[in-house]
Amino acid sequence: MIDTLRLTAEDAAGLLSSGEISGDELAAAYVEAIGERDSELHAYLHVVAETSDGVPIALKDNITTRGVPTTAGSRILEGYVPVFDSTVASRVKDAGLPLIGKTNLDEFAMGSSTENSAYGPSKNPWDPERVPGGSSGGTAAAVAGGLAPWGLGSDTGGSIKQPASLCGLVGLRPTYGTVSRYGIVAFASSLDQVGPITKTVRDCARLYATIAGRDPCDSTTVELSEPVQIPEAEDLKGIRIGIPKELNEAEGIEPGVAESVSKAIALAESLGAEVGECQLPRSVDYGLACYYLVAPAEASSNLARYDGVRYGFRAAGDGDLTALYSRTRWEGFGAEPRRRILIGTYALSAGYYDAFYGQAQKVRTVIAQEHAAAFEDFDLLLSPTSPTVAFRVGERAENPLAMYLSDLLTIPANMAGLPGLSIPCGLSEGLPVGLQILGPQFSENLMFRAGHALETALAFDFVPERLRA
Amino acid sequence: MPEWEPVIGLEIHVQLKTRTKMFCRCENVWGESENTRTCPVCLAHPGTLPVANKRAIEWTVRLGVALGCEIAPHALFHRKNYFYPDLPKGYQISQYDIPLCAGGRFVVPGPDGDREIGIVRAHLEEDAAKTIHVGGAGGRIAGAEYSLVDFNRGGTPLVEIVCEPDVRSAEEARRFLQLLRQTVVELGISDAEMEKGSLRCDANVSVRQAGEKGFRTKTELKNMNSFKFVADGIEAEVRRQIEIYEAGGEVEQETLHFDPASGTIAPLRSKEEAHDYRYFPEPDLVPVEPSVEMIAAAIDEIGELPAARIRRLEDELGFDLAEGLVTSGRDGLYERVPGDRRAVANVLMNQLAATGIDVEAVNGSELGKLIAERERIPRGAFTEALERSGDVGFSADDYLGETAISDASELDPVIDKVLAENEEQVATFKAGKEGVLGYLVGQVMKETGGKADARVVNERLREKLAS
Repeated sequence: MIDTLRLTAEDAAGLLSSGEISGDELAAAYVEAIGERDSELHAYLHVVAETSDGVPIALKDNITTRGVPTTAGSRILEGYVPVFDSTVASRVKDAGLPLIGKTNLDEFAMGSSTENSAYGPSKNPWDPERVPGGSSGGTAAAVAGGLAPWGLGSDTGGSIKQPASLCGLVGLRPTYGTVSRYGIVAFASSLDQVGPITKTVRDCARLYATIAGRDPCDSTTVELSEPVQIPEAEDLKGIRIGIPKELNEAEGIEPGVAESVSKAIALAESLGAEVGECQLPRSVDYGLACYYLVAPAEASSNLARYDGVRYGFRAAGDGDLTALYSRTRWEGFGAEPRRRILIGTYALSAGYYDAFYGQAQKVRTVIAQEHAAAFEDFDLLLSPTSPTVAFRVGERAENPLAMYLSDLLTIPANMAGLPGLSIPCGLSEGLPVGLQILGPQFSENLMFRAGHALETALAFDFVPERLRA
Repeated sequence: MPEWEPVIGLEIHVQLKTRTKMFCRCENVWGESENTRTCPVCLAHPGTLPVANKRAIEWTVRLGVALGCEIAPHALFHRKNYFYPDLPKGYQISQYDIPLCAGGRFVVPGPDGDREIGIVRAHLEEDAAKTIHVGGAGGRIAGAEYSLVDFNRGGTPLVEIVCEPDVRSAEEARRFLQLLRQTVVELGISDAEMEKGSLRCDANVSVRQAGEKGFRTKTELKNMNSFKFVADGIEAEVRRQIEIYEAGGEVEQETLHFDPASGTIAPLRSKEEAHDYRYFPEPDLVPVEPSVEMIAAAIDEIGELPAARIRRLEDELGFDLAEGLVTSGRDGLYERVPGDRRAVANVLMNQLAATGIDVEAVNGSELGKLIAERERIPRGAFTEALERSGDVGFSADDYLGETAISDASELDPVIDKVLAENEEQVATFKAGKEGVLGYLVGQVMKETGGKADARVVNERLREKLAS
């Protein structure tokens, strides 16, 4: 009997290589778990259930998979079956990892709860009345709910880190440019980045090693400067950790979240880290506003290709070209993409560009400089990943601004192109709290080392309490 | 009546003949079946990304150097956003505020000295796909039953050259364009064939009174697909604008279409659409940074430019022949053919041009021998020899055996007959218009089946007409 809730990818790989279980048995165990719990969690949009002698994987449904529907959670891509593989999908395939299925997400990765999916929300395995976070909520729900040993998400403003936090998992948003975006349904090109959602930091490092590195099909990628190291050290000796005041004292951080994070910081100190306070005032003050100009602006352009002419959904009815475009796009896009297309189109318009998009790009430089200054004194920074634990389904759905605040603490580093790791650091009201570990560009190995040491000391149980045997 | 001065600014699109498209690996070819040169990238499937074609960048740099432009050390691609079925991404990747090449000048030799046309910029972009509107009037979308899109052309590399409004006549525009075309062809970066659309020209036209400072409202003439149509179109538009002003009216800013068949000009769109292209830097591409080596290589690859060669040949040939030889790409052969310079140039521009043979294949010294003897051999034999002059192993001697009829006793009856039948031309000649002599020579040649010795016919005709 394979306990998919507890089995890490590393465990699974061990069982496969020792011959204790076969690839077929492993895949069957996940299919069974999906049959048991996915009607409640709705983590998957398409179950493929491939088998091989590798550890199966779940991919967010904005990751293009040849021959397997890829909807990006949108009606406008209903029925679209890609003719090619994204680079990450082919790297995962080359590594021998069979695809379990494609996971749910907020439409075009725009959201923080998966409630913006055209195919209905996913639920949090810790409490099905709550959201799993988003936009990679489907992958997070699948991994936390034992429906996949690991998976890939994508992160633009916090879409990996935040759902990992809300589901008690490890999530890495890699340094911009280390993982290929080729075949990732684009939301905001200068921010989108694919990364792992896993149960442990070691699994996270393994999966990152599989997907990272220069891709000739993505001009913005670079070769890693050093190979990925699977972390082993259990101390934090010699590591200087900064606690950005504004990220830890922001309005809206729940007391239970602050408490868990404080304990984790104290633990870091006891593991040998030098801890000190630092500041990122402008990053936190302006990060969110800046993000909500840059990301919608790029989205308004990236989503222009969905016009009903070549693939995907096309609205019925007669009329001229303009009618075809407007009907298809009105019926095909949900409220959130429409909202962001409008904001983005406005921000790029003649006469407004300098005040909005142009200004936001300048602020982005300031944010990057502020982070760079902090990393002169510190190797890593710590803060909560999300201001709150998982919220109730529907709680923020009607208020876009409240939803946008879910990413308040993850956005600044994203705007600076920096990597971030979220690891679970405790419970508040019985729900997981995530600790955000930020580092300079290409510091993934150091983040894995710190994450692994803290994870070991914290001994957080990633199996949702209500599902423990 | 004051004198009107046309002010013309040209915009030229040159399609590069790189092996593959600008941002994907599809083959860049012309004339294949519809939609057979496409891939997920140039069809804008979700998640696909552009990768810039290095060769296209090198070639644009080469062109920029030839146009005397500054090459940007850090050029950017931008997205130009608009909806149309020929643009699958909903935006065209182009260049905006930092193009690869800017601030050049192009010297156009003319009969009265050099004209210098300022080059604002030359930038690299991707071409749109081709739309075919079926069932409407004149292939326009308005009123069409349905439209088809051929994506083979979509994403092919295109250089846009924007000139300062320095051109002052339709003739100058034609001269500029022909010289630019030849330059582009010699740089080896494009076929630059207007009828295939690999060279396209739009003209911004306005007029002003001589001495007037500043510019008046301009109109944009689009889709002129031959050198002649460019000149005719500009000519017609200049005339139209002058008529409007002289009737006390105002020229409206609009985009126009010149119909070469009727010689008329009509608005391309009923109302100028106010486009806001929402340009922003293309986040999927990194800045283009041409290396010092790339620019040095571009300079090395540029030989003597056509403008310089026109000036060099002008001394021995006069401007028109020199320009004709260079812009038709025949001056290389001209240099290889020995003999009387004007005679060689004339044969190359007239009789040899008429054969349509590939001038690169011609053996210059054999052709020289043939041209030297051209009046001694029958015209038919000469023409045939020219047609074969590009063949491997062509020898002039094979055609020099035949002798033209140079015996006056044999020619005189024919000449008398021609003179008797063309009294009008004879009178014209005697009135002092000697140009008509060529016509009479031609008639004699016709009567003799091209076998008469033209030089002797000339002499005999003059003698008879003088008597």
